[in-house]
Amino acid sequence: MKLIFARRRARRCLRNVGNVVFVLGVGLSLAQTGEAPAHKSKEAAYAALAGAPEKARERKNPFAGDPQAVAAGGKLFEQHCAECHGAKAGGTRHGVSLLREEVQQATPGALFWILTNGVVLRGMPVWSKLPEPERWQIVTFLQSLHPRSVNSTSENSQPAKPSLH
Amino acid sequence: MVARINPPSILKKLRGIILLISSLLFWRASLLSAQESPYIVTYDHYLEEPGSLEVEYFSTFGSQRGGNDFDAFWTEFEYGVTAWWTTEVYLAGQTTFNDSTIFTGSRFENRFRLLQREHFVNPALYIEFENTNAADKILKEVEGHDVESDYAPPNAVLRKEHDRELEMKLLFSSTFKGWNVAVNPIVTKNLLPSEPWEFGYAIGASRPLALKASPNRCNVCPENFIAGVEMYGGLGDTQSAGLHDTSHYLAPVVAWNLPSVWTIRLSSGFGLNDNSHRLLLRWGLSREFSGFGEMVVRLFGGRP
Repeated sequence: MKLIFARRRARRCLRNVGNVVFVLGVGLSLAQTGEAPAHKSKEAAYAALAGAPEKARERKNPFAGDPQAVAAGGKLFEQHCAECHGAKAGGTRHGVSLLREEVQQATPGALFWILTNGVVLRGMPVWSKLPEPERWQIVTFLQSLHPRSVNSTSENSQPAKPSLH
Repeated sequence: MVARINPPSILKKLRGIILLISSLLFWRASLLSAQESPYIVTYDHYLEEPGSLEVEYFSTFGSQRGGNDFDAFWTEFEYGVTAWWTTEVYLAGQTTFNDSTIFTGSRFENRFRLLQREHFVNPALYIEFENTNAADKILKEVEGHDVESDYAPPNAVLRKEHDRELEMKLLFSSTFKGWNVAVNPIVTKNLLPSEPWEFGYAIGASRPLALKASPNRCNVCPENFIAGVEMYGGLGDTQSAGLHDTSHYLAPVVAWNLPSVWTIRLSSGFGLNDNSHRLLLRWGLSREFSGFGEMVVRLFGGRP
């Protein structure tokens, strides 16, 4: 008798777990497919970069030209950014290309600002949880990249090789 | 003629497929290093990255006067739905020494970022539904008049009492010069109308051991460690407000964020008054799976 109850309980428990997985799955599908078309979203992300306040845009990068900072920034990029922006920063379905003119010609302060504040409604999280020097190291790395293809959207297998201007 | 579909069998098959493929996806999901805070009880305003799943296991050893010591444990599945919404499911259990090991319930939690940009103080909203029994000893939050003696009865007695609670927190958090300070006021309501609203708090402060990353990949670099302290406790309820018959804890915490996607957390909590457990030793292990959401969407035939 006890065994029958235990089996029923286990079955009920499994059913509940299954329901949770199902509901979460459907929720995820809806959440993901309900987003704006990719190209519009990407343009809006670049526009957000242009929206950095003047004061923020004028901030100087304390690590400008520091090869150690480029290497450290490359490491941080690989850990935190490459998943969305691609290993070579050329962009993926989820993150814009950082080799585009809008990014490469942005001031270090504007890049730092966007990294700090994210573009929350367009899917880019805030990265202020990284200490300020680490965010500047990422900016230093980004500005060391040479844009090869302006509209590159392919996911790259090799990490970007940083080089200084 | 309308074909009859047997929903339970379809659901069963669907569940089977989901569970099977989900387990495979765990292996294929790309890996990403996280920068997790060391807090175990307090929350800062940072949410899970969109599309990432974080699986966490935590354990709390608690000393118990007037009863048996215990080891409570829970698993969290935390998913970043968007950059402003994180959802989470907890499953909890406990072992009371010289007694038994039991499942104590589940929790379903959502956190919402309230402001688009970063400010000096950043608010986030936390809403949780708890379906637990009174044997739940994870002490993930302390509220109302929770005191050590509540946990002393044997599991057979405690598990008979079921709690369905709604818990809300406002997560205020500020990051400045590497320091994070987080303050969480807590309000809990047992869904039984006769039960009062209960109040609690959690406060935390933490800082990485180094603010600058080293150029080389390393496991034991100071930048991978975040140390801090958290304090949490109850603030009474609407029937009996105040600090009498409440418990409070102070806990140094440390997190080790490994570049290989694992995070290890340690905390030793000390009770600050006679109503508190003398010692709460906690540890946690978490792993982040990025790109999980995309694979689930593919599973349901959607285009990520």
